[in-house]
Amino acid sequence: MSDRAIAVAAEETPLIDPRKSFADVNDDVAAPLERKPGLLWKVAFGIALLLTLQFMAEIAYQMYKGIGIWGVNHPVGWAVDITSFVFWIGIGHAGTLISAILHLFRQRWRTAINRSAEAMTIFAVMTAGLFPLIHLGRTWFAYWLVPYPNWRFLWVNFRSPLVWDVFAVSTYFTISLCFWYTGLIPDFASLRDRSDGWRRAIYGALSLGWRGSERNWQHYERAYMMLAGLSTPLVLSVHSVVSFDFATSILPGWHTTIFPPYFVAGAIFSGFAMVVTLLVILRKVFKMEDYITLQHLENMNKIILVTGMMVGYAYATEFFVAMYSGNPFERFVFLNRAGGPFAWAYWIMVGCNVVSPQIFWFKRFRRSLLVMFIVSLLVNVGMWFERFTIIVTSLHRDFLPTNWSYYKPTIFDFSVIVGSFGFFFMWFLLFCRFFPAISLAEVKGVLWSAKKAAAPVPAPASAKEKTHV
Amino acid sequence: MFKSKPKPSRAVLALYEDPDQLLRAAAMAREHGFEGMDAFTPYAVHGLSEAMGIKKSWVPMVTLVMGLGGAVLGLAFQIWTSAFDWPIIVGGKPMISIPAFIPVTFECGVLLGGTMTLAALLFACRLPNLKAPILDRNLTNDRFGLYVPEYGPDWNEARVVKLLQGTGALEVRVIRV
Repeated sequence: MSDRAIAVAAEETPLIDPRKSFADVNDDVAAPLERKPGLLWKVAFGIALLLTLQFMAEIAYQMYKGIGIWGVNHPVGWAVDITSFVFWIGIGHAGTLISAILHLFRQRWRTAINRSAEAMTIFAVMTAGLFPLIHLGRTWFAYWLVPYPNWRFLWVNFRSPLVWDVFAVSTYFTISLCFWYTGLIPDFASLRDRSDGWRRAIYGALSLGWRGSERNWQHYERAYMMLAGLSTPLVLSVHSVVSFDFATSILPGWHTTIFPPYFVAGAIFSGFAMVVTLLVILRKVFKMEDYITLQHLENMNKIILVTGMMVGYAYATEFFVAMYSGNPFERFVFLNRAGGPFAWAYWIMVGCNVVSPQIFWFKRFRRSLLVMFIVSLLVNVGMWFERFTIIVTSLHRDFLPTNWSYYKPTIFDFSVIVGSFGFFFMWFLLFCRFFPAISLAEVKGVLWSAKKAAAPVPAPASAKEKTHV
Repeated sequence: MFKSKPKPSRAVLALYEDPDQLLRAAAMAREHGFEGMDAFTPYAVHGLSEAMGIKKSWVPMVTLVMGLGGAVLGLAFQIWTSAFDWPIIVGGKPMISIPAFIPVTFECGVLLGGTMTLAALLFACRLPNLKAPILDRNLTNDRFGLYVPEYGPDWNEARVVKLLQGTGALEVRVIRV
């Protein structure tokens, strides 16, 4: 109990107003689920749905016609598809980081934001998972990626990072889903107990009949801790494995040992930026300002600042090593990145990822909603271009100048990019409408600590003596 | 869930609005030796299991065994397919190229460990169980309940009710279960 009080006391401002009651938490979080959707939500959902539909149409046409409808060409065989894959997988990392790693480190400010961050992870990984499938070209053979006994008597090549990717991403999705659902069970029970009719039936089924028995909580807490413990190395492994797709090749610009930590830092960076983008909107639209406070957002912005500098450091190291290696191909790739035909992408990346977060050195800006919203959008743009730079600039000019070419996206490439955002936001908007966006059970734990910290007076009338009758 | 046999038909439920009162009441009730006691709370109240004397969960053992088992299975499968069932040399690597097999081995361990942790949790909690009676709708909202079921021939309902009434409970009710 004392460690809780200390944790709360150490915060600059309380994470939650101690005057709120437990019932207030339920009422506030359930309110958006129980009223009719507003115009803003309907418009946003409509746009997301339209973008998703055009995405599906694009995929259908591309499966019919072939991936040649994209701008990919002879040296640049990977472009928007793999860029978006790595981008969305990276976005997903923040959710697991917030829910698992911050849980293990007892960072109790995570409680208000972990639910939406985990949801973001699930949807981002779902979005990411589409890209390897459509980029296969012959999507209907996707099941060849899975090792199963077949009449060709062949197994997959387990020495290939592309197969590692299949295992890493599918494990990541499954475990994130388990973790998210475990967290949701008690909250579904809360929603069940405050609703009637079909809502009660649905939330009741989703809660699996959870009643909050202490004998169950005992297992629950330990299982949650175990899932957090498993997710922590998992989240680090996933982007490492994604980076192996590049690092184990021999292409200059890809073939570097720095990639795993560099990718993981970048993933956390972009994921936190996306969480900030979503939370700034979520707290405003659903009036969650009392739960997702400026203190939460400021903490997030600090992590964005730190990981942004880690990413900047990785850019510098990469450049330095290329120069220092004496390898003319390495050297050329990096000079070509910063000064070649794709220099615009490189400098967008540096500007957005390294320069823009520096504003968070100032507390004023860390706590300004407008500034953090703009920076988080810039970081997302920058991180998309980071992957684009790594993939396309390394490919477009390789060892032989006769191979060189330029990459120009077609309208279908743009359709894929905006479509993936539509797909992601469609799920996220549905989540905000039907699932509790804030973890009720965890926030109540923090609320109780906040109440005690606010009034450290022992509760009335020591019951113990009275009861020994 | 209840060790006492035959199954209890009656129970006393005390509702509190303060988790600390529940903690004290649970510790007191434990001293009185009530069997099959349980508590219902909207969130995991710190220290309640200790106060009630509930054994530590065995779920982490499942995580450990299944995690290691998944890793071993994953590694064995890769070795079997790559070196025995259809041996092919790839990239000049040995048939059993352990370093290249590590990522999939790790993922298999996490996959089995994680999914089985959730399965073990549901099994331990006897979920899904949609027929379980909801004792009070506020127990998942802002009430903390202590639940003392009938435990045998020397069950004295009036005494239990009286004891719990003295612990600062908002309400003590006798329910049929």
